[in-house]
Amino acid sequence: MSTQPTLAARVMGRFSRSEVEAVADAEQAALRSDRFRLEREGDWKRLEAIVTRVEQGRLRRISDDDLLALPALYRNVASSLAIARETSLDRATITWLEGLVQRAWFIVYGPRASLGNWLRRFLGGGWGASVRALGIDILIALATMIAGTVVGWLLVTHNPDWYYSLVGAGDERVPGASRAVLEKVIHGNQGQDGMAIFAAALFSNNAQVSILAYALGFAFGVPSLLLLVHNTASLGALLWLYHGQGLLFDLVGWLFVHGTTELFAILLAGASGIHIGRAMAFPGDLPVLEAAARAGRRTAQVMAGVVIMLICAGLLEGFARQLVDATVPRLIIGSFMLVFWIGYFFAWRRNRAEVIG
Amino acid sequence: MAISLPFRQRREAGRRPLDHEERRRRTIVTPEGLRLSVTIASRGARAAALLIDLFLIGLAMMVTTLALLFIARGVGLQLDGKPEGVGGHAVQALVIVWIIAMFVFRNAWFLYFELGARGATPGKRITGIRVAARAQEDGVGRLTTEAVIARNLVRDIELFMPVVFIGGAISAGGDTEMAGWAGALWFLIFVLFPLTNRDALRCGDVIAGTWVVEAQRRKLEQALSLGEAGGGRSAATGAQYVFGEAELSVYGEYELQVLERVLRDDRPEALAEVAETICRKIGWNAGRGDERAFLEAYYTQLRARLERGMRFGRRKADKFTD
Repeated sequence: MSTQPTLAARVMGRFSRSEVEAVADAEQAALRSDRFRLEREGDWKRLEAIVTRVEQGRLRRISDDDLLALPALYRNVASSLAIARETSLDRATITWLEGLVQRAWFIVYGPRASLGNWLRRFLGGGWGASVRALGIDILIALATMIAGTVVGWLLVTHNPDWYYSLVGAGDERVPGASRAVLEKVIHGNQGQDGMAIFAAALFSNNAQVSILAYALGFAFGVPSLLLLVHNTASLGALLWLYHGQGLLFDLVGWLFVHGTTELFAILLAGASGIHIGRAMAFPGDLPVLEAAARAGRRTAQVMAGVVIMLICAGLLEGFARQLVDATVPRLIIGSFMLVFWIGYFFAWRRNRAEVIG
Repeated sequence: MAISLPFRQRREAGRRPLDHEERRRRTIVTPEGLRLSVTIASRGARAAALLIDLFLIGLAMMVTTLALLFIARGVGLQLDGKPEGVGGHAVQALVIVWIIAMFVFRNAWFLYFELGARGATPGKRITGIRVAARAQEDGVGRLTTEAVIARNLVRDIELFMPVVFIGGAISAGGDTEMAGWAGALWFLIFVLFPLTNRDALRCGDVIAGTWVVEAQRRKLEQALSLGEAGGGRSAATGAQYVFGEAELSVYGEYELQVLERVLRDDRPEALAEVAETICRKIGWNAGRGDERAFLEAYYTQLRARLERGMRFGRRKADKFTD
């Protein structure tokens, strides 16, 4: 304890008067455990001051000395607590120390990759790694979406009434509509105003749907599958409608611009939901809760990415589709986006081990 | 009531007076091997925190909307008119800002605050709770950014789905009553979910591997054995209180801590009552008016005795153990 006076002196300089007065001279205490406490109280209070400032987000007001000392102070106080538990019966001090160590522990072992840091790591490989970690669930989701589209098509082929329950009867695009009506939606919108609003609204809506597909995964993934089927069945029905008027190619172009991005995002959201559901249904050696937690953390990154993809999709849908009014260029844009996403997720790999943990 | 009761009839009153709080206590082991106890936040505190947050979010949305309307009016725009030319673009820009702001408030409010150093939204701060990583079998991990994202994405369906149900039914002209019931049922399932497990986890906590615990913020209290009182002499009367082995051996750690609480609370009636109880027990007659000094002296000497025992590995939990 030879360093104590200098430490105490350093502490004195940092605190307001009332806090300084609180540290009484250790010699005054009658009990050995109180002397133990008073000798170390300077360190404890210093840690508390640092922790409080970090909690208040005033990081800039913490000196470099303090930041460097934080881990050491934390271990110091933690060991004080361990000793106090064995030698002291001062309930108030022990409870306070427990609270302090806990607060410091949250900071020393907290999520201290800042949001910016996290984003950099996320874009620089973490996103792709988390997508690849989904593994077979992507294929399951893809198969479900294809099956959903086929089912939608087949249902409407057998009975056109299905169209109304799959797509809804909201607008003029219904079975029996003329070619001109159908074509109007696909081409000739470039003069339209309000594209940006359209894009923003689309993004907001799509993002909520994919968050839903993800979050429903905890019910063993079944709702995620149902949601995927439902969404793609209406796609199948729409394809059938345009096929009837020989406009299938144009419709595909119209959908392709943003669809490669948007459907990819929904695919990933659904796959994440299935991933969680599968982890809960077949947890392996882990307890169910822990398996769910691990799957949840792994897929949360994918979902953050899904939101980014949906922003891209919204922009493509709102601007690119309206401004590019021919099917072939639309197909080119859409294909480019598809190749880009696949390349980004599956071909471009970096520091993989660091990211998945 | 809780202060003096344990001195008389503890066995009958139940071993632990704060039983319900005890049940919410969990132990986590830090990487240093130190055992820390955390208290699971009560479900009431969490509900209150959520309501406060929802209120604040609603307020923020409303203020933003009004501010944007004000700006729109300020630059002389007609919102109901056909958007054309420069004015039209300005309106469009404002509408986009509005849509994005609503999305951000709804989805990023919890995310932003829970990623901060305090791990708590304003509502949680007010109710004194925070988000933390759940203790797993192999110790406790750190609260990761992914975990916070996951728990808040799931919040979206727990809370906002019923609204979507009902809103969807209204816009489609469907059966709103049916949708209302479905929404209510949905809401009930998720609201009641925390009641089904010991740790009060909601679905988002399950998926993210988190739990919500009480955030402790205490002040360090004064050491009790300082100065005159620690030496056993009364500053008021000058009397010297010295207790013998027989008088100190009647009480254990439990009673010591109750006595500590009485001394720290410093309420005259409680002091007098406890002093009287102790005097009766050890056969003393301390007289009135000097209870605090008497109790401080007794506390210090009892604690010295018990701590000495601790150092030798002998602990006396309460007055019933030998």
